[in-house]
Amino acid sequence: MKILVCISNVPDTTSKINFTDGDTKFDSNGVQFVINPNDEFGLTRAMWFKEKQGAVVHVATVGEIQVEPTMRKALAIGADEAIRVNAQPTDGFFVASQLAEVVKQGGYDLVIAGRESIDYNGGMVPGIMSELLDMSFVNTCIGLEIEGQNATASREIDGGKETIETTLPLIIGGQKGLVEETDLRIPNMRGIMMARQKKLTVVEPTDVSPATEDIKFEKPAPKGDVKLVDAGNIDELVSLLHQEAKVI
Amino acid sequence: MAVLVYTETLNGNFKKNAFEAVSYAYDLAEKTGQPLVAIAFNAESCDALFDYGVNKVLHVKDENLKMFNARVFAQVIADIATKQSAHTLILSATTDAKYMGGILAAKLKAGFVPNVMARPLSIEPLVVKRMTFSNKGFAHTRINTDFRIIGVSNNSFGLVENKVDGSIEELSTDVGDSDFNTRSVNVERVTGKVTIADADIVVSGGRGLKGPENWGLVEELADVLGAATACSKPVSDMGWRPHSEHVGQTGKPVACNLYVAIGISGAIQHLAGINASKVKVVINTDPEAPFFKAADYGIVGDAFEVVPKLTEKLKEFKAQNA
Ligand SMILES: Cc1cc2nc3c(=O)[nH]c(=O)nc-3n(C[C@H](O)[C@H](O)[C@H](O)COP(=O)(O)OP(=O)(O)OC[C@H]3O[C@@H](n4cnc5c(N)ncnc54)[C@H](O)[C@@H]3O)c2cc1C
Ligand SMILES: Nc1ncnc2c1ncn2[C@@H]1O[C@H](COP(=O)(O)O)[C@@H](O)[C@H]1O
Repeated sequence: MKILVCISNVPDTTSKINFTDGDTKFDSNGVQFVINPNDEFGLTRAMWFKEKQGAVVHVATVGEIQVEPTMRKALAIGADEAIRVNAQPTDGFFVASQLAEVVKQGGYDLVIAGRESIDYNGGMVPGIMSELLDMSFVNTCIGLEIEGQNATASREIDGGKETIETTLPLIIGGQKGLVEETDLRIPNMRGIMMARQKKLTVVEPTDVSPATEDIKFEKPAPKGDVKLVDAGNIDELVSLLHQEAKVI
Repeated sequence: MAVLVYTETLNGNFKKNAFEAVSYAYDLAEKTGQPLVAIAFNAESCDALFDYGVNKVLHVKDENLKMFNARVFAQVIADIATKQSAHTLILSATTDAKYMGGILAAKLKAGFVPNVMARPLSIEPLVVKRMTFSNKGFAHTRINTDFRIIGVSNNSFGLVENKVDGSIEELSTDVGDSDFNTRSVNVERVTGKVTIADADIVVSGGRGLKGPENWGLVEELADVLGAATACSKPVSDMGWRPHSEHVGQTGKPVACNLYVAIGISGAIQHLAGINASKVKVVINTDPEAPFFKAADYGIVGDAFEVVPKLTEKLKEFKAQNA
């Protein structure tokens, strides 16, 4: 089985978000970048398929040269090869089109993406890819087993869980549950050394126009001060929620 | 040309999110002078849609559409959109709608913008405001394509009634076995409990509650408020509560009217996932807990004393206002 894990390079979850150039660009100054958390769960599940079922695991990222440390980290965790599409990831449609091309070239049986990136929050890249490639697709995937050509996946639904049967080739939009938090791996020294020798191929993007464009950003308005209510005066909280906030 | 809106049902009844999507779509239809057309599958009655301004419902009754299947649903919706020569489709932000969003965008060659939180900033070109960077920022996003899909964030636009006399057209589809490349074999859905996705009010507990045996506190408060229960990430990681209750940046997003955080410190990753909620209340022993900076109302105090009292007071309040 040949697996492609799509990895988005995102600001660390603790990052403060600022904009620059007249609020038209994300300000990456001083920001630490990491593997998108949903993709890290997917990559870890891919490692399981590698170790238990002999799968070959590649990772792909659409991004410029600055994303390579994140890709090296994925290699250090255990991916066999990495592919970088040398372009700025402008929108979900653009990224999905680039990754679909990588999938076509590489002939993958399973494509693991995340349910959502924590920066763009589009939640659309795997869905668009599935349609461009005519592959089966399971989103919000919280469990995946594969035997031969058959896959059993579970997905989170509003208020519960659904089990789905399907066949390869398959794309998933994964999240926590695919593996547990405690299964996540921190690269060790040996992994980091080996990652330096592994193949990182750079390919040029295909010519696709983005379907949407972020023309301006803004930050949420600063929050007013919290109104503190004395623990001995809970009636006051009830009346504030009723009369002032009007939520009960 | 019409503005189309997909109206999701569960067991034949429209979800609240469907009415919110319709409210948003009505506003856009008004502004652009187009009729508002809703697409619904297997609804028991479509009448409620007319309360929110739908001019026409395209209703499909089909056994094959009884169970949600993203690819098949998206195919039927895309076919209808093409036949109607529509250029705009409004979706809600349910898990199923998000599942279909990307598929529909590819099928209709449409620019798709999810997490939209306000009416368009401009109609021509179409520019919408969406939440991004896990709610730490908002983007003004222009859609460059002819066909446009907008996903309306939960509880962002609200329900706006506009009664009209609308009509219903029954449609048929030719969905067949070969259209399914995934098969649902089992669905487990909690019944009789408000889900986080549908809830107006969410009561959430953190590590400050010390252990799963203390969750009665959270549940009783949620009960009086008609709220869903949720938890912080470590609480689900330790198995005190199911993963489906984990909210935050890596868990479920929450955008409700009232979010009550009990014994939750307010780490940035937690706040990122719940910040879209309108009113936030925090109960925490530590006055320095970061959550106090993000909340609207707060009580510095011990959850084990404060929460049962709050539950009692709310019961009294409910009894008086019933
Ligand atoms: C990549 C990444 C992603 C993450 N994603 C998420 C996410 O999606 N969601 C999430 O929640 N977290 C997430 N986290 C974890 C986050 O950083 C915090 O560790 C977590 O939110 C803390 O949970 P907590 O507030 O329940 O626990 P703690 O931080 O331990 O806080 C417990 C609080 O309870 C208070 N307390 C103690 N006793 C009482 C009492 N008797 N009464 C009242 N209050 C009391 C304490 O003062 C304290 O403020 C993520 C972390 C990382 C690194
Ligand atoms: N630039 C990118 N390179 C590779 N994969 C990406 C990129 N952007 C998004 N993805 C994948 O698509 C998923 C969903 O992203 P999004 O649609 O941006 O929310 C992510 O979890 C990744 O798996």
